[in-house]
Amino acid sequence: MRMPKRAHLREYGAAYLFLWPALLLGIIFVIVPMISIFYLSFTNWDPITGRKDFVGWMNYVYLIQDPKFHKAIINTLYFAGVKVPLDLVISLFIAVLIDKAIRGVKFFRISFFAPVVTPMVAVAMVWLWLFDPLLGPFNQLLKLIGLEPVGWLNDPRWAMPAVILFSLWKGLGYDIVIFLAGLQAIPQYLIEAAMVDGANSRQIFFRVTLPLLSPVIYFVLLIGIINAFKIFTQISVMTPHGGPLYSTGVMVFYIYQQAFESYKMGRAAAAAVVLFGMVIALTMVQKKVGAKYVTVE
Amino acid sequence: MLQWNRASRFWLYFLLLTGALAMIFPFVWMFLSAFKTDADIYAYPPRWLPSHWRVENFIDVFRIIPFARYYLNSVFVTSMITLGQLLLSILAAYSFARLRFPLKSTIFILAIATLIMPFEVLMIPTFIIVHRLGWLDTYQGLIVPFLFNGFSIFFLKQFFEAVPKDLEDAAKIDGCGYLGILIHVILPNTKPAVGTITLFTFLTHWRSYIWPLIITNTTRMRTLPIGLKYFIGEGGEQYHLMMAAACMAILPVLVVYIVAERQFVKSMTFTGLKR
Repeated sequence: MRMPKRAHLREYGAAYLFLWPALLLGIIFVIVPMISIFYLSFTNWDPITGRKDFVGWMNYVYLIQDPKFHKAIINTLYFAGVKVPLDLVISLFIAVLIDKAIRGVKFFRISFFAPVVTPMVAVAMVWLWLFDPLLGPFNQLLKLIGLEPVGWLNDPRWAMPAVILFSLWKGLGYDIVIFLAGLQAIPQYLIEAAMVDGANSRQIFFRVTLPLLSPVIYFVLLIGIINAFKIFTQISVMTPHGGPLYSTGVMVFYIYQQAFESYKMGRAAAAAVVLFGMVIALTMVQKKVGAKYVTVE
Repeated sequence: MLQWNRASRFWLYFLLLTGALAMIFPFVWMFLSAFKTDADIYAYPPRWLPSHWRVENFIDVFRIIPFARYYLNSVFVTSMITLGQLLLSILAAYSFARLRFPLKSTIFILAIATLIMPFEVLMIPTFIIVHRLGWLDTYQGLIVPFLFNGFSIFFLKQFFEAVPKDLEDAAKIDGCGYLGILIHVILPNTKPAVGTITLFTFLTHWRSYIWPLIITNTTRMRTLPIGLKYFIGEGGEQYHLMMAAACMAILPVLVVYIVAERQFVKSMTFTGLKR
């Protein structure tokens, strides 16, 4: 049955009436920035003097030659490359343990997830003290068990590991909960069938549980890497200048400094475009890898 | 299930308990330190408990920084973003899910395309736009850029589509207009989804850091995370005061979380798109 023309128009009118506020704000605050970020990366926009000239590839050339930017890329890869795999292994391990536990499940779930819900800046403040080389409990603990205390955030070699340790504590619970849901979705009869066939618990884990969990692992990896590339808050709070010798200066931190400390908007925009390119490239690589290794029922 | 012997049970609980205590330790340390005196902080060997419980630390925080102002700013900005985004997303999602109009699929694809770029990439042009509008260091500047959210629209649309068409037809016969259908048919049948996205949006913006850091430059406009960040410098390594401030920022969240654990976990994990 076709609606009469008038009713059509009424429906169009209602739709656009409902849609326009979102549409307008979406265009101004997302679509326009999405396009202008590329354009900006070819200018030398300066919010203080108001200058804005087209400078071609100059910003990109600057980035290629800037050792600080190289450092920022390396630091980002360092953070992602260490944090994400560690997070994956530890959270999967803990999820398996919680899944096996009978008593205190709620207590364990709450304890491991609590850091996830707490405000990042406030807990980073707490960890600043835990890491304090002289007064902090971590170094006291190291001394207690007879190890050399370390400089943590004040030492170029230890600053990034310290940030990673904090980030693991902050984020583990999230992946644990995801893995727990994944583990609980595995049909019990598959595990029982494997037991009947004489598989031991290790074989069951590696041959049954792990393959069935592969979509979840893939999801956790994908999200973990993308989020690792965007890390900023804990860096900015715990190491306000990018750490000793710029040892924790990651890409978003570099962008922030260029744009809002040096007021080099064009340069920062170019760095943002590079970051975007890396995130897209990674997503594509992961898609390819995922298609090959992820078991889909 | 596999039969577990006593030894492996012991190790299971031993590992879990050690892990859980390690996760809780920073909170306990924070809480105890918030009541310590200056001397307790510098004591060697370090002491677990305060020599006397110094409640004045909390008052000192209010004296050094406008903590209440930061807190109210955060509450106001986060609530306005959540309410505004919810309203705009519900209306847009309803149009996409239930109405026919020209250019529908083009506009929808555009809305989804906005999810490709992380905010960290977009913050510079967004900053310039807000600067042009003269909104630096204002509530509008903190709120308006986040009222549109492609993900909220997409998420709600999925649920709105699932509401049976029959219910809508019945309401139409009763003389309901489009807005009436949305309010009396769609929303009552999608309450859990709306609740989830509300809590999710609130939590996301409660922890918002980089944007308020960029666009606020007076203490008047600072939100809680930014106020705390500057307190680290302004407080001058006074750990007992820093811990008192951290306590006031963390404990309310922790209490609400422990009370409404299930809802919290659901809202934060139903998607990993934003964290």
